[in-house]
Amino acid sequence: MSDHPSTYSPKTGIEKWLDARLPILRLAYDSFVDYPTPKNLNYWWTFGGILSLCLGIQIITGVILAMHYVPHVDHAFDSLERIRRDVNGGWMIQFIHSNGASMFFFAVYIHMFRGLYYGSYKAPREVLWLLGCVIYFLMIATAFMGYVLPWGQMSYYGAVVITNLIGAIPLVGPSILTWLQGGFSVDQPTLNRFFSLHYLLPFVIAGVVVLHIWALHVCGQNNPTGVEIKSKEDTVPFTPYATVKDGVGMILFLMLFSVFVFFMPDALGHADNYVKANPLQTPAHIVPEWYMLPFYAILRAIPDKLIGVIAMFAAIAVIFALPWLDTSKVKSMRYRPVMRWFFVLFVITCCLLGWCGGQLPEDLVFQLGADSHGTAIGLKVVTLSQILTAYYFSFFLIIMPWIGLKEDPLPVPASISEAVLADHSKH
Amino acid sequence: MSSLMTKSLKVLAGLAVVTGLVAGAPALASGGHAKPLLKAEFSFEGPFGAFDQAELQRGYKVYREVCSSCHSMKLMSFRNLGQKGGPFFDEKYKDNPNDNPVVKQIASEFEVAEIDPETGDETTRKATTSDRFPSPFKNDDAAKASNGGALPPDLSVMAKARHHGPHYIYSLLQGYEPEPVGLTVAPGQHYNVYFPGDLKAQWSGDAHKVPHGGVLAMAPPLTDGRVTFDDGTPSTLKNQAHAVATFLAWTAEPHATERKQTGIAVLLYLAIFFGITYLAYRQVWKGKH
Repeated sequence: MSDHPSTYSPKTGIEKWLDARLPILRLAYDSFVDYPTPKNLNYWWTFGGILSLCLGIQIITGVILAMHYVPHVDHAFDSLERIRRDVNGGWMIQFIHSNGASMFFFAVYIHMFRGLYYGSYKAPREVLWLLGCVIYFLMIATAFMGYVLPWGQMSYYGAVVITNLIGAIPLVGPSILTWLQGGFSVDQPTLNRFFSLHYLLPFVIAGVVVLHIWALHVCGQNNPTGVEIKSKEDTVPFTPYATVKDGVGMILFLMLFSVFVFFMPDALGHADNYVKANPLQTPAHIVPEWYMLPFYAILRAIPDKLIGVIAMFAAIAVIFALPWLDTSKVKSMRYRPVMRWFFVLFVITCCLLGWCGGQLPEDLVFQLGADSHGTAIGLKVVTLSQILTAYYFSFFLIIMPWIGLKEDPLPVPASISEAVLADHSKH
Repeated sequence: MSSLMTKSLKVLAGLAVVTGLVAGAPALASGGHAKPLLKAEFSFEGPFGAFDQAELQRGYKVYREVCSSCHSMKLMSFRNLGQKGGPFFDEKYKDNPNDNPVVKQIASEFEVAEIDPETGDETTRKATTSDRFPSPFKNDDAAKASNGGALPPDLSVMAKARHHGPHYIYSLLQGYEPEPVGLTVAPGQHYNVYFPGDLKAQWSGDAHKVPHGGVLAMAPPLTDGRVTFDDGTPSTLKNQAHAVATFLAWTAEPHATERKQTGIAVLLYLAIFFGITYLAYRQVWKGKH
């Protein structure tokens, strides 16, 4: 924290020598040892550390995979199989990397919902939130390009569908599309550039993560009460308190991760991606990875292609605007009796959108009866997607600003310590 | 109130996340209206499951005597047959399956194409353990020409390339039934109740009773007694289908058993690590909250 003076005192000669030249140990000490952490952080706050772990795992496994992967349309699929079959420990590294992407998104969604619930995006943490949004956007781009690399059927057709969205832009769309694909279709140049960018972007993410942590350490962490730190009583030093709690969270997370990697490594993937890409044979049902399904549902909810594309990107863009859409004076939804129900509804909406994204739009969610020809009628997936999309945007653009002004928040504790004490007397 | 709300929110958020993960796993793929797959039990299923070596050997025999006359298996080498977990693994040759005499013998029964370095002419030689399984046709076009225009797919990862792969293969091989009256099946096509497809266009009967399944170019490959098992297992269609489904599950991921065994060790390690860290957490936070 900016108003927290450094307490680092170099002990050995080498430390003193280094501290006078590059105070990197001082930075590390002030950031990860002495850094004052609100003492009421719950386990939802361990996902920041978990996400750093995810990024580290993806980069290390990714660098090793790149040593064996061949970015060529004729060899990519087989090279992946070679990694799984013949490279020492390759099956483990490959499964960790492919499932790691899912775990990364699983953790980032919890991290984002946590930020949303406890108002971690509100002043003075707007830049922190924006940087987080940038990381999320880069993650989407990286994951999308990574999914293309195995060059299976779903890789190929995913790339075709998504790059073609750009073609919907009036006038310049087709030119940008050709430029992006490196030709007139998804082919060798596309695969090559996606490989290059898939290797580059994680390091860009790492850079933005540094900024994200920097911004975090300037304003200090938010906490479940949303009340800022008032005194030293409200905090504990990061080490050992937060470190050990993060450690507990990370180990539990790694256990979930291991269940997928070692016992169901293909459960989150699609069988069609074990079929080598064939530009002449379109799969019956093209779906993205699970973590992109809500956006895919929004895209398909809108009949017009261009507006659908705009809506899909707007669904991400609106998250950036969140700090300026929330009008409430209270940060944490613990003290917002109305808003938290809209939040619950929002989480359910996101999950249902994900479900819709995996279905065929014309399929029925449930059947109500049959028409005169005997064809089943009922709620179509596309109709449900439209309702959910409407709520998704209303949540940010109408409910957030409006409820913030109308709601009577519950009394907010005077300080973190007071909240902790009050919580104790209840048990 | 607030704490109760927080707790219910915690549960909801947890549920939401799990729902997201589960809904995401696309168990979907509609399209065809094939019959539900046959129930079968495989030794390799479940967290402790492992391949039954005798069954892998039977499965290899079915593959070699029947499937391999049309289907390639380009990702497999003969040496794989002798590696740990493989059909002909022998503890004696665990360091180098290339020395395994059974595997050597199998490889030597095949001829593979080669370019004579002296003349540059195409020639053949006996396969060695490091060679890939030779493909039945020179190229895809030759394969199509010999199979009425349809390309028999490579079988290396087939068990992963279909939903519920081993169960699908097991069912498909037993799913050839006489076509129902009212279904037009073109020459060279075969009706199978488990093959995903849409038979509306070929169906002249009641529009609400379109038969299950679809039509495919592969003629029924297995029949009772088609392959003689050396270990005396009755050569029924069911046993052959079960054995070859097992073999294909193995070729799709030869390290699957090792993967699960590693996983158990990893989870045990993490569980112990969790216990220690949790105790440390309780100790550190004592009196702080």
